[in-house]
Amino acid sequence: MRNPPALDVENLHAWYGESHVLHGLSLTVGEGETVALIGRNGVGKSTLMRSIVGILPTRKGSIRVWGADAIATKPHRIAQLGLGYVPEERGIYASLTVYENLVLPLVLSDRGMSTDEIFELFPNLKERRASLGGQLSGGEQQMLAIARILYAGARLMLLDEPTEGLAPVIVQKIGEVIQILKKKGISILIAEQNLHFAGRIADRFYLINEGRVTAALDRDEFLASRERVEVSVGV
Amino acid sequence: MNDLFNALLPQFFLGLVNGSIYALLSVGLTVIFGLLRIVNFVHGAQFMVGAFLSYLLLVYFGIGFWWSLVIAPLVVGLASAAIERTMISRLYNIDHMYGLLFTLGLTLVLEGLFRYWFGSAGRAYVVPESLSGVVNLGFMYFPRYRLFVVVASVVLCLGTWLLIERTRAGSYLRAAHENPQLLRTFGINVSLLLTATYAFGAALAAVAGTLAAPIYQVGPFMGTHIMVVVFAIVVIGGMGSVKGTIAASFLLGIAETVTKIAFPQAASMAVFVIMAALLVLRPEGLFGRQESTR
Repeated sequence: MRNPPALDVENLHAWYGESHVLHGLSLTVGEGETVALIGRNGVGKSTLMRSIVGILPTRKGSIRVWGADAIATKPHRIAQLGLGYVPEERGIYASLTVYENLVLPLVLSDRGMSTDEIFELFPNLKERRASLGGQLSGGEQQMLAIARILYAGARLMLLDEPTEGLAPVIVQKIGEVIQILKKKGISILIAEQNLHFAGRIADRFYLINEGRVTAALDRDEFLASRERVEVSVGV
Repeated sequence: MNDLFNALLPQFFLGLVNGSIYALLSVGLTVIFGLLRIVNFVHGAQFMVGAFLSYLLLVYFGIGFWWSLVIAPLVVGLASAAIERTMISRLYNIDHMYGLLFTLGLTLVLEGLFRYWFGSAGRAYVVPESLSGVVNLGFMYFPRYRLFVVVASVVLCLGTWLLIERTRAGSYLRAAHENPQLLRTFGINVSLLLTATYAFGAALAAVAGTLAAPIYQVGPFMGTHIMVVVFAIVVIGGMGSVKGTIAASFLLGIAETVTKIAFPQAASMAVFVIMAALLVLRPEGLFGRQESTR
């Protein structure tokens, strides 16, 4: 039997209170694949990620992380399977130091990167290791948020708009980091509005609108239909 | 001048002793509030049960003070963990008022039971022999037991502060205070963290109860009387600030007893006058941080 994909979402519905945000969304992320979610603000990209990690409680349908039922399992158990999440707001703890933020996740295997390796990859963070998380710039917070799930040894990463609001030089750095992650065989689901950036890093693309997948494109299709994509998602 | 000094000095030390008990109670209360967002009204009853357990261990089983100092907090901590797991944990996602009402109700049940079993009269707990007598501090004599209470309280409060600020477990607590949902995505069992924190706070109350047993009378309502002051202290120190509540506990313990000399009629009011003034001038408390709503 084939190994289950890193992530398999089927017919997912999700709600914020009364508000029904995801309407039967289905997608997969294969082992080692980088998959981009393309769509305007408010179409459900962040909601999908929050549903997968279990921050959003009201979910119906199926979410499987390496075959494990992520709806029936407690969020910390799903994380322990090797699921790492970088929220849109980055989720850096303001009252913890950079170092404390970095080593916050539980490390369950030898897959996690050591702090030395991480500081080699992000020299800025080493300099600022004793600063409080709240004092970091947006770019540094994003680096730390990614570094933190590398420390945890995540094999499947959910990155919610990692380039949003960042300077081009930092966007480039994040692109380089993602290339390194791809080489390590880490599976990535990334929500991205920057089509140029998404086109450089992703293997497959899902266009999302009103809580559903409206198109699934491979790399060639995506590059060939850039204009159509731009029009359909309005970004 | 010298007379005044001689009159104030014993009051000052008495204030330190009261402050030590206040500190152990208010630290537990503030740690529980900071993480669980529950105003733990049953804290006073946990203090009372700690004192009663020590009394009963001594009277019925001949188990002395030192063992009680371990057994009472352990029993109260485990029982409180069970209560958090089965009941309090159901209240986190609804209005704070329910947590307050539930813990208040639990207090009334516990106090009622102890009154039913043992009557409302206070009982004396003898000072352990190894700590009886007085110590010569150079400028005055001071009961050895009370000095022990001050030292024990300072050590435990500082230990708690270091645990929260300097250890990995503490970084989980601070992170859970800021954003508990996200902490789960890092593989951390936040529910267990909340249970452990509640048990820890309750155990500190029981330590305070055991320490207080030889100083105050052991009775079903000893917790209620002291908690009125402790709640004021937690507000003055800044809800959720451990450093602030420790400082406020000792300051107010001293302010209260010194007022007894300077203006006896106002002694029991002093704490509340300070609280009222502070709420007007600095609503976030002495050391509190203004919190953004999340």
